[in-house]
Amino acid sequence: MNVLIYIESENNAPKKSSLEAVAYGAAIAKGQVVAVAPSDADTTELGKYGVDKVLQFTVSGKLEATQVASIVAQAAQAQSAEVVIFAKSILNDLAAPMVGVHLGASVASNVIEMPDFSKGFVVKRGVFSGKAYTEVALNNAIKVLSIKKNAVAMTEKGKTAVIESFSPSVAASTITIKETTQKTGDILLTDADIVVSGGRGLKGPEHWGMIEELAKTLNAATGCSKPVSDMDWRPHHEHVGQTGIKVSPNLYIAVGISGAIQHLAGVSSSKTIVVINKDADAPFFKAADYGIVGDAFDIIPKFTEALKNTL
Amino acid sequence: MKILICISHVPDTNAKIPFKDGKPDLAGLTFVIAPYDDFALARAVELRDQTAGKLTVLCVGKADTEPTIRKALAIGADDAIRVDAEPTDAFFVATQIAEIAKQNQYDMILMGRESSDYNGGQVHGMVAAMLGLPCIVPCMKLDLNGNVATMYREIEGGKEVVELPTPFVAGCQEPIAEWKIPNMRGIMTAKTKPLKVVSPVATAISTQVASYEVPAARSNCKMIDAANVGQLVELLKNEAKVI
Ligand SMILES: Cc1cc2nc3c(=O)[nH]c(=O)nc-3n(C[C@H](O)[C@H](O)[C@H](O)COP(=O)(O)OP(=O)(O)OC[C@H]3O[C@@H](n4cnc5c(N)ncnc54)[C@H](O)[C@@H]3O)c2cc1C
Ligand SMILES: Nc1ncnc2c1ncn2[C@@H]1O[C@H](COP(=O)(O)O)[C@@H](O)[C@H]1O
Repeated sequence: MNVLIYIESENNAPKKSSLEAVAYGAAIAKGQVVAVAPSDADTTELGKYGVDKVLQFTVSGKLEATQVASIVAQAAQAQSAEVVIFAKSILNDLAAPMVGVHLGASVASNVIEMPDFSKGFVVKRGVFSGKAYTEVALNNAIKVLSIKKNAVAMTEKGKTAVIESFSPSVAASTITIKETTQKTGDILLTDADIVVSGGRGLKGPEHWGMIEELAKTLNAATGCSKPVSDMDWRPHHEHVGQTGIKVSPNLYIAVGISGAIQHLAGVSSSKTIVVINKDADAPFFKAADYGIVGDAFDIIPKFTEALKNTL
Repeated sequence: MKILICISHVPDTNAKIPFKDGKPDLAGLTFVIAPYDDFALARAVELRDQTAGKLTVLCVGKADTEPTIRKALAIGADDAIRVDAEPTDAFFVATQIAEIAKQNQYDMILMGRESSDYNGGQVHGMVAAMLGLPCIVPCMKLDLNGNVATMYREIEGGKEVVELPTPFVAGCQEPIAEWKIPNMRGIMTAKTKPLKVVSPVATAISTQVASYEVPAARSNCKMIDAANVGQLVELLKNEAKVI
């Protein structure tokens, strides 16, 4: 069984989430592990996590989902791949179902664990906005998965990938990009191992300095609750929850967030959850591993200080 | 403009999902238009008004979805189509939507960013691939100038302004429009607006739910004294091993 992984690059390197997708692919492959990657993605890291062969293509400008889907479908056909893996991202989440249609494949998104082969090809994914999981059997010969962060342990395979150039035919898109505003240099929410989020309990945007300071200390991304982004205290793309970004970091720290069911929907697959809230009855404590009841304005600076002394 | 809005009929998002015999037991729950679909519907109504067009609402579901479809009619859709079938998976639903779209040639097919039951975020991408149309997800703003649409879409860590001509598919999310609440007149006229029930086209079964699992509750929250934040650092480092 050959596996194909689509690689996204950032600053000329494969994104960390793409390396997780490689590790996932390497763990299930019984044949070749092939990566299809833009030519600017350094390939050493790919071999390290288990890629046998890299199909390198040259891009001019940004790819639309339809174009990614066409590149990946052509690569999958050329390599007789039976499993195609994407790391969850906004673009990949859209490209994956398109690839599914092109290849006549079964598609599963939000996959959180390794497949269970004892029952065929069964994957676990979140449903009802994180309130439950389901095991889904993928019936078609080809399977397309988009995997969530932390779905697999990163094991080094120490391979050296063979590089082949690949020239798929890609149709132009009718979508014209007029303007892009993107914060660069920040850790992306979905990529981050640690996320620090603030809620309405922080009273106003002027108090986010201490959240950013804490995040910086932990090398974390910053998030927020929905009302916070609705009131424009923070940008929309930081809003975590059912109607926002769903995260699954190793550590999620919630400050001044009550823990409404819609917020929890976006964080419930985090490994460890810390809640800081002045109300001992805040529902979030029931969904947390560690909690402090107290005033964030008092606790956060002290917490940051204590971390600085330890890390 | 001929606009198609696809809605899913889902349990109210405030509800806890009860499980019985290893399956979600949805019988006692209130059902609603999925939140993202509701945003898309609200914008679709505004664009229909602006272009003096026609707005059709489509739902793949059994007869129990009709109150939800009527609600979309009350909010402002002109007519409705129900594909009479259990929406077993995204591929099945997308096949049905694509079939209806081929018959009717819509200028715009609007959906939510994702449903809130099976949350695949897949139907729009599949429909776009089946019809060979461009697709924008998540679309946070959508304005029309003739047949050219200007949209804001969210990208990782930011947003992008894009332009494209109709026809297209878009998966929408807030703040594309404010949710609309049906008024009395809407509710009255909705009762007589056409709701056509059609049979599904046959497809192979692509995915099947094998079982469900309710996430284990976090065992017990360990409380740390506010005066002793050092202990939290210590626990995160040596017990949880996450820093
Ligand atoms: C369909 C739908 C979808 C939704 N989607 C989302 C979503 O995706 N994400 C989301 O977040 N919400 C979502 N919501 C909103 C959600 O229901 C809650 O309203 C929201 O999460 C509350 O945000 P909050 O916790 O920041 O504010 P609040 O509920 O107001 O809580 C503030 C908390 O801060 C605490 N606090 C106050 N002062 C301090 C202090 N000095 N120190 C420490 N703690 C303090 C308070 O005790 C309180 O618990 C959705 C709602 C609906 C209906
Ligand atoms: N049964 C359905 N009938 C009509 N539209 C649907 C149905 N299920 C999903 N959709 C649409 O497809 C979008 C994406 O759904 P999903 O792929 O299930 O997350 C939803 O936001 C709806 O707009």
